Amino acid sequence: MADPAVKDLHGGPIIGPGHSFETVTEKISSVVLTPHTPVGWFFGFALAFGGLMMFLVAVTWLFVEGTKIWGVNQPVGWAFAIINFVWWIGIGHAGTLISAILLLFRQEWRTSINRFAEAMTIFAVACAGVFPIIHTGRPWLAYWLFPYPNTMAMWPNFRSPLVWDLFAISTYATVSVLFWYVGLIPDFATLRDRATNKVGRYIYGFFSLGWRGSARHWFRYETAYLLLAGLSTPLVLSVHTIVSFDFASGVIPGWHATIFPPYFVAGAIYAGFAMVLTIAIPLRKFYGLEDFVTMRHIDYMARVMLWTGLVVFYGYVMEVFFAWYSANQYEEAMMYYRWFGPYAWIYWLLIFCNGCVPQLLWFKQVRANIPALFGIAMVVNVGMWLERFVIVVTSLSRDFLPSSWHMFYPTKWDFMTYFGTIGLFCTLLFLFIRVLPMISIFEMRTLVPEAEVKKEAA
Amino acid sequence: MSDPRSVYGIMAEFDGPSELVEAAEKAHHAGYRKMDAYSPYPIEELAEAIGVHRTILPTLVLLAGVIGLIGGFGLACWTSAVDYPINVGGRPPISVPSFIPVAFETTVLLAALTAVFGMIALNGLPQPYHPVFNVPQFAHASRDSFFLCIEAADPMFDREATRKFLERLHPRSLAEVEP
Repeated sequence: MADPAVKDLHGGPIIGPGHSFETVTEKISSVVLTPHTPVGWFFGFALAFGGLMMFLVAVTWLFVEGTKIWGVNQPVGWAFAIINFVWWIGIGHAGTLISAILLLFRQEWRTSINRFAEAMTIFAVACAGVFPIIHTGRPWLAYWLFPYPNTMAMWPNFRSPLVWDLFAISTYATVSVLFWYVGLIPDFATLRDRATNKVGRYIYGFFSLGWRGSARHWFRYETAYLLLAGLSTPLVLSVHTIVSFDFASGVIPGWHATIFPPYFVAGAIYAGFAMVLTIAIPLRKFYGLEDFVTMRHIDYMARVMLWTGLVVFYGYVMEVFFAWYSANQYEEAMMYYRWFGPYAWIYWLLIFCNGCVPQLLWFKQVRANIPALFGIAMVVNVGMWLERFVIVVTSLSRDFLPSSWHMFYPTKWDFMTYFGTIGLFCTLLFLFIRVLPMISIFEMRTLVPEAEVKKEAA
Repeated sequence: MSDPRSVYGIMAEFDGPSELVEAAEKAHHAGYRKMDAYSPYPIEELAEAIGVHRTILPTLVLLAGVIGLIGGFGLACWTSAVDYPINVGGRPPISVPSFIPVAFETTVLLAALTAVFGMIALNGLPQPYHPVFNVPQFAHASRDSFFLCIEAADPMFDREATRKFLERLHPRSLAEVEP
C-alpha cells in the first residue's frame, strides 16, 4: 500500500504528533477568541441566514393561511411535516451516539468529534421540533399536548404515539442540551482564563460557573458524565424507536411492521453519521484541524456509515419479504406500488442512494478519498430523506380503498419550509463554531502523550 | 509567626500530572486532609491521592430515576384510568404497554436532571469567587498547569512548616493564597 492516506486509516494516530497541553488549548480556543472572523464564515453565514429568513416567510404565511398552502390533503395529511421531522430527528442521533455510546465503549477517537456532533444533535432536534408544532395548523395550542391540570379538565391520551413523541423528543432535547453544557463547563473556564476582552471574560466566566478544575470536582464531574452517557444510551435508542411507533402502531400497509424500531434506529445513525461527515470534512479543512480530526476518524465514521447502511438495506429487503410472506394482498399491493406505482422513481432513487452508492465504502481507497466521502455522505443525506418520503407518502396515498386514493404533490411552501430549516440548522451551526470551542479542549488534553500519570517503580 | 487564618492556604505548582499525583500522595501520607489538587483535565489517580473515593451522586440519580418511573407511570394511570377515563379502541383503562414509553422517558429525564444539577450542587457551583483565583499563575490551571493547595483550615497547617513541606516536593513555584 503505497498511498500514505490509505496507510493512515489503520495505524494512524487519533491526534497529530507533537501536540502538548498548550498547543491543543491554543489551537482550538484561538478559533473562538480571535477578533478576526474569516471571510468564508461571513459568506457561509449569510447564505445560511438567507435560508432562515426564507423559513420565517414560509412559516409566517402558514400561520396566516393555514396548512392549505401545503400540498397536504386527504389521505396524505402529514407529508413533508413528518418526513422532515423524522429526517431531522434521525440526523441528531449520531451526536448522542458519539458522545454517549462511544464514551461507554471507551472509544477515544470520539473525543475530537463529539462536541460538534452534539451541537449538530441539538440543532437538528430544534429543526425537528418545529414540524410537529407547525403542522397542526393551530400551533398556538401545541401546549395542549402537555399533561397539566387545566380548566377543560382534560388530559392528553397516554395511549397515543403522539404523546409518546412529545415526551421522547422533549426529554431527548433536554438531555442533549445538558450533556452538551456539562461537557462545555471546563472549556468555558479555559476560555474565561484566556479571553483578552472583558465582555468575553464575563460571559465565559458566567457559563463556567466558577469552574476551577479541583480534583474533588473532577471526580463528581466524571461520575455525572458517565451517568449521563449511561442514561443517554437507552434514550437515543428509545427516541427513534418511539418515532417509529408513530408509524408502526398504525394499520396502513407499509407502516404496520415489527422491523420498524431497529430499522429506524439504524437509519438514524446512518443519516447522522452522514451529516457528521458532511460537517466535519469542510470544518477540518477550513480551520486546519487535520491534526485533531485525522484520517482515522474519517475512516471510522465511514465504516459506521457502511455498517448501518447495510442494516438499513436489510430493512428494505425485509419489507419486501414481509409483503410476500404475509400473503396479505394489501401489503403486496403496497410493495407493487412502491416498485411500479406513481412514486416508483423515488423508491428506486432511494435504493440507489442508500443501498448502492454506500457500497463503495468497502474500498479503502474510497474511504481515504475526502471528496469521494463527502459526495457519498451527501448522497446518503438525500437518500435518507427519500426513505421517509417513501414510507410516509407511498403508504398514505394508496391505502385500502381505491376510492380514497390520492396523489400528493408538494408546493413551493413545502419546499421553502424544508430548505428553511436547513437554513436554521446552518445558521445555528455557524454561530456555534464562532463562539464556542468546536472540539472539546479538556478531553483533547487527555489524548496528549504527557497526560498520562507515570507511576515510579515502587 | 503570623496568624494562620490570614491565608487561605499555600499553593504549589507542579510540572505535570505525575508530579502532582506524587505530591498529593505524599501530602496525604503526611497527614494533610484539607487540601485540593487542580488540573486542566480529569486525572483518575488524583482524586484517589487526596482521599476522595466515593460520591453520593449515583445513589441520588438512582432515586431520581425510580421517582421518575413511578411518577410517569402513575401520571398515565391516574389521568387515563381515574381522572379522565376514555375508552380507546377497547383497551383497558390501565394500558400497561402503552404507558411504558412515557414512564421510560420520565425516568431518564429525572435521572439526567439529577445527574447534572446534583453534580453542580455537590460541587458547590456556581461559585464566582474563590480564593485560589487570587494566585496569578492559577489562570494556567485551566490550560497546562497542575496545582496542589494545602488549606489553612487543616489542623496540621502551619505557615512555615507547610511551606517547608511543600518545598521538599520540588514544585515549580509556591504561593500563599489570600483568602
